[in-house]
Amino acid sequence: MSQALLTAKPQYPWKLTPKDLLTDLAGAVFALISTLAIVGFSPLKGKLGFALTLIVMSILTATVISWVRRDRKAAINSSTTVLVYIAASFVIIALASVLYEIIRLGAPGFSLSIFTKDMSQTASDMPLTEGGLLHAVIGTGYLVLFAALFATPIGILTALYIVEVKGRFAGTVRFFVQAMSGVPSIVAGLFIFAFWMIQLGNAYSGLAGCFALTVLMIPTVARTAEEVLKLIPQDLREAGLALGATQWRTVAMVVIPAARSGLITAVILGIARVVGETAPLLLTIGGADAINLNPTSGNMSAFPYYVWKNLLIGSENAVSRAWLGVFVLMILVLIFFALARYFGAAKGSRK
Amino acid sequence: MSNENPTESKGNREEEMSQVTPKQASGSKTTSSPGATRSLSEVAAARTTNLGKAPQPGSGLEARGIHAWFGKNHVLEDISMEFATGTVTALIGPSGCGKSTFIRTLNRMHEFIPTAALAGQVLLDGKDVYEPGVDVTKIRLQVGMVFQKPNPFPSMTIRENVLSGLKLSQIKISNPDELLESCLRRAGLWNEVKDRLDEYGGSLSGGQQQRLCIARSLAVNPQVLLMDEPCSALDPGSTLRIEQTIRELSDSMSIVIVTHNMQQAARVSDYTGFLLSDGGPGRLIESSTTVEIFTNPKEKRTEDYVSGRFG
Repeated sequence: MSQALLTAKPQYPWKLTPKDLLTDLAGAVFALISTLAIVGFSPLKGKLGFALTLIVMSILTATVISWVRRDRKAAINSSTTVLVYIAASFVIIALASVLYEIIRLGAPGFSLSIFTKDMSQTASDMPLTEGGLLHAVIGTGYLVLFAALFATPIGILTALYIVEVKGRFAGTVRFFVQAMSGVPSIVAGLFIFAFWMIQLGNAYSGLAGCFALTVLMIPTVARTAEEVLKLIPQDLREAGLALGATQWRTVAMVVIPAARSGLITAVILGIARVVGETAPLLLTIGGADAINLNPTSGNMSAFPYYVWKNLLIGSENAVSRAWLGVFVLMILVLIFFALARYFGAAKGSRK
Repeated sequence: MSNENPTESKGNREEEMSQVTPKQASGSKTTSSPGATRSLSEVAAARTTNLGKAPQPGSGLEARGIHAWFGKNHVLEDISMEFATGTVTALIGPSGCGKSTFIRTLNRMHEFIPTAALAGQVLLDGKDVYEPGVDVTKIRLQVGMVFQKPNPFPSMTIRENVLSGLKLSQIKISNPDELLESCLRRAGLWNEVKDRLDEYGGSLSGGQQQRLCIARSLAVNPQVLLMDEPCSALDPGSTLRIEQTIRELSDSMSIVIVTHNMQQAARVSDYTGFLLSDGGPGRLIESSTTVEIFTNPKEKRTEDYVSGRFG
């Protein structure tokens, strides 16, 4: 009995055999060596030449191996597979190198004291042990918080109008939302600068920056929320309505809870869209080196402004500060998104 | 339960009805397959029915001269049926004959389709539900609906799902736990879920989910329950369970069930209506007691359909 059970071992007959793997490995080695040889003996030089040759050679090798092993169909499948892998690796390489640069240049200046000090007593050229970026943390915190508070309800209500109400102007509204999402960020800044500050006579303030970011955030939130709401099955809405609910009750109690995690994603994407925006802030918040706890008046700082200002100064310490700013912003955003994901995770299991 | 009900509404929607021209049915779809007529009629005859109860006039649900359109497409033509309290009515017919559209006109779900149009009257306790000024949410509280696919609310627990109708229509009650238990018992689900009321509805099996949806409909105490192929996505065991539930519920309410399953129609219903569309709008070909439809149908097409010769 137990003998019979023991004889049946879990196997994976669909996996590649060692022989196949060996051929693939030999192919990869061949692609690499031939690339080195071509780069060595031909006018193709440098990293770019190497990368291009490697791409061509790996596609060729994979195609030939598959053709020999099976047939033409398998060969085409292999070449497209390799192409997809190459495209994916481009993205990963680009992202990884950005991360690597930020960490390499930003991390050395990192210490906990930067979260307790601002730059009011410190010049940018001083060593990084002096001063900090608390004013930028507070500034960006205010800006993103209020922009999210303004843009989330407007964006989600817009999406509800397009998807749930399906009003007469739903198509028009969607068109304008799409057009708005293509507006260059500096135009949003100029709009607030021209209207809120020049026309209405307000000074630089955190609030003006919030407005500019809100203009940029609304289309992202609205479009993502629209896509999310469209995914909620019509069945659920009908079930709510068939229980004698008004449309508003159905939306509030059935549709929005069912779409909760998607709507949180919409807000996160909106925040991601605006958190690093520099151009609109230059026109609206004025910039500051000291902490400003009042978002409604007085110049305000922010991470993008901090980075921009220090890069312009250009001395070694100032540039290090700029990288430090990028590094800290990246970490804070990562922590924030992780928290939002954790608390916003979909309740219940959906079959 | 007369088929040809001449009382057509002379209401606001009259003008569209005058253009309706009946078409002659063609038997082109007929295919031959040996049917299970005998067993069906036996099934239909063997079951104890609620036919003895005389429906009180003016109570229950009645459809009078219902026509329905989607855009220019005329999908239902002159359908009149009565659904008395205490009875189960099955609607049978091939796909696309308008059964679902018809029951959706009964609780005003039809109007959610943007191009939909309607003529005729649906009388609930003698009052037209399409009368201007009628509160449509009240109609839907009285005429509940169970859908083809189980659709418990994914963000709610089992408990919340059952009581969701109350919250959705803002009804407050003093004893939600009693109502919860009685609804789940009537839907035949209590024993399976009594220890896991705070799990999410999506964690149940398909058949359990469907019974949860029935329990959810019961919580607002409807007079009529419309069921649109409630068992089509379920296994035979769950189907049987839901059919028992239907029989138990039918004492206190009127149930209209759309089904593609002849056996099911024969098992659960007191009355049966046969709808058919021959390319044009769907029409009520025959409507009578279930025994009559399955043993002694008047129309040849009904006989062909229930015996499995086409459809």
